[in-house]
Amino acid sequence: MILNMGPQHPSTHGVLRLLLEIDGEAVVRMMPDIGFLHTGIEKTCEAKFYQQVVPLTDRIDYLCPMVNNLCYVLAVEKLLGLEIPPRATWMRVLLAELQRISSHLVWLGTHAMDIGAMTVFLYCFREREELLKLYELVSGQRMMTSYFRIGGLALEPPLDFFAKTKKFIDGFSEKIDEYEDLLTGNFIFINRLKGVARINAEDALAIGLSGPALRASGVDFDHRRDLPYCGYENFKFKVPVSNDGDVWARYVCRVQELRESREICLQALAGMPSGPIKADAPKVVLPDREKMKTQMEALIYHFKIVTEGFAVPAGEVYQAIESPRGEMGYYIVSDGTAKPMRVHMRSPSYASLQALPQMCEGKLIADVVAAIGSIDIVLGEIDR
Amino acid sequence: MALAPAITDLEQLKDRPLVAALIAWNAAAVQGAKFDRDELSIYIARENIREACAHLKAQGLTDYMSDVTCADFYPRDMRFEMAYHLLSIKRKDRVRLKVKLSGDDPVIESITAVWPSANFFERELFDLFGIRFLGHPYLRRILLPEDWEGHPLRKDYPVEGYR
Repeated sequence: MILNMGPQHPSTHGVLRLLLEIDGEAVVRMMPDIGFLHTGIEKTCEAKFYQQVVPLTDRIDYLCPMVNNLCYVLAVEKLLGLEIPPRATWMRVLLAELQRISSHLVWLGTHAMDIGAMTVFLYCFREREELLKLYELVSGQRMMTSYFRIGGLALEPPLDFFAKTKKFIDGFSEKIDEYEDLLTGNFIFINRLKGVARINAEDALAIGLSGPALRASGVDFDHRRDLPYCGYENFKFKVPVSNDGDVWARYVCRVQELRESREICLQALAGMPSGPIKADAPKVVLPDREKMKTQMEALIYHFKIVTEGFAVPAGEVYQAIESPRGEMGYYIVSDGTAKPMRVHMRSPSYASLQALPQMCEGKLIADVVAAIGSIDIVLGEIDR
Repeated sequence: MALAPAITDLEQLKDRPLVAALIAWNAAAVQGAKFDRDELSIYIARENIREACAHLKAQGLTDYMSDVTCADFYPRDMRFEMAYHLLSIKRKDRVRLKVKLSGDDPVIESITAVWPSANFFERELFDLFGIRFLGHPYLRRILLPEDWEGHPLRKDYPVEGYR
């Protein structure tokens, strides 16, 4: 029998449609059908100035917009050869890790709810709400933040931001214990996840899994540690790895990552350098408001950047970072003008989705929901 | 803003392990190399791309396929430039294999036999660029509807007006 699952199904985390060929309770074949959210962002980028692409990147992975911003601005900065001041770099790391926490919280809440544990969802969204308030504090927006700019940050963070972040981070360890109390020892939860949708390291590498899902299969690789970007080499953290390769292992790895991200946030807060938040590159970075009103050059540069953009030397870069879902990469080709010739987003969900049929075929239909939750896909990122 | 100039001479890049390995395997397949902004690109002949990927994988020089994508340099003669981003987890290094394709005949061998993860990426390129992949298990549109006309990411695709 052919069963149609989605696109309007609560446990597909968006508009994913799965065609399931089933034999009784077992899945014989699975075909993912995607593209319902396709908005042609890659094509739109080609018509924008480099700085105008930043808000578009928010919309790709809406659970961690700043990580998308980060990947894009790092790629353009690499094209330009731009040096970023340390304060901006540390702020980026701090916010990227807060985003990882809030993204993992959404994953944990929805994944647990798919399995049937409703309470955890409410707890997770309670903490996520606090984080959204922090993003609002720095950028004025809760979700589509567009806070990172080419050459630094949009604004200096407000005075009470660090104190409020510290307060949240200090209390967060107990909150993770709370989730773990509800789930990690929960007999039903364990039985639903252990041994389900298993994939070994070799298959996981071949099929393109990345991030926590790959580490849960026993591949010890994290871009933050192994190919550091944005000053991650200054931070000390562990990379959780498991050899089980099942849904349970992915759950354990991600919950451990919550703790490690908290550690990185603490280090970032403790060592936050002072200084400028924008690079000294007047042709690329918008001048301060104050300077614009008092200095002729600043006004001219402002006018030029806004109306004509800035030319980026011809070339191509591929910048990969560790998004909460895995390897996110931006491939940008410049032809020397102020608009990118090609922007391609390598989104981790897109590659991870390919592993889903392999995980589910031959297994029970009830485990499909657990498998979808465990690879943590975001459909905005898949369809772009 | 100090960018080191790109090295585009194959002779100077001969010593890099990946370039050396590919030249030792099949010197005719390596058409050029470029080292720009800390990233190594190797130009491969169109006929050899699948074998080149298979060779690098078999030698243990790359163990993960990150991305397959393409850029359209319309109206140039060889307008499409494929880019295969390969990662070595062991050596913590990346490499980009590039293949130039002409606009009249954008056909290339699929690498899904070597890297199953290329499946969706190649379907996306077929969908949005109209590049055909020989030996792909299921080459159909993936993001756009089945009955869509044209390939939107091509530079000569109209961006204004009604369809």
